[in-house]
Amino acid sequence: MPRRPKFRPAAIALVALLALGVALPPPALAVDAGQPAPAFALPRAAGDALTLESLKGRVVFVDFWASWCAPCKRSFPWMNEMHRKYGDKGFTIVAVNVDKRRADADRFLAQVPAAFPVVYDPEGKAPAAYGVKGMPSSYLIDARGNVVQVESGFNDDHAAAIEARIRDLVAAR
Amino acid sequence: MQPLRLIALAAAAVALAGCAGFAPPKPWEKGDLARPSMQFDPDVLAAKTTQHIYTSKEGAGGGYGVGGGGCGCN
Repeated sequence: MPRRPKFRPAAIALVALLALGVALPPPALAVDAGQPAPAFALPRAAGDALTLESLKGRVVFVDFWASWCAPCKRSFPWMNEMHRKYGDKGFTIVAVNVDKRRADADRFLAQVPAAFPVVYDPEGKAPAAYGVKGMPSSYLIDARGNVVQVESGFNDDHAAAIEARIRDLVAAR
Repeated sequence: MQPLRLIALAAAAVALAGCAGFAPPKPWEKGDLARPSMQFDPDVLAAKTTQHIYTSKEGAGGGYGVGGGGCGCN
């Protein structure tokens, strides 16, 4: 009678190795309300860099957008409105574009113009630092550089709530 | 176990562990997924007609569509 092959130790070793492979990837970091906003230095269309550091003392609204993101068509007119209402009261919007091709972003801006600064991050370093979970994502940062509110996606109901917070932060700075 | 089998099994396990490195695209990297050529059924009218035929002739339905509108923006 042939001997039964002993494969249990090998099977256990196989499962252990696979489990190790699954456990190794590092956890994703996310920036939540109450934490300091990660710094960034990103170029504008003309090439000059805009840094978060330079905006200290102002209430900053960092919005990650892309030409392929449908809700951004709604969020841009709303952001233009916020810029118009609070821009001279110490409020700045920084729209970070994450398109891989600049031409796509330009096409979007030709249809939906932006009155506020737009910076470009095709390599995605800023969204990775902020732990962006969905597109579009926005981070409301107070005058001291701490994130106050994180929004994923855009709809008109949330827009009213965000505007209320902007008004409060601008009054408190 | 024979040494050759053991070596082959170990090599297979190491190769398979490499699959853990693949990750889905990050939310901001989904631009290419949103292109019209990446849709399953770019022709909406043809897709609706086909689904109607499935429902009425075969009593079959569903199994299509994608969460979030398919624009790759979530």
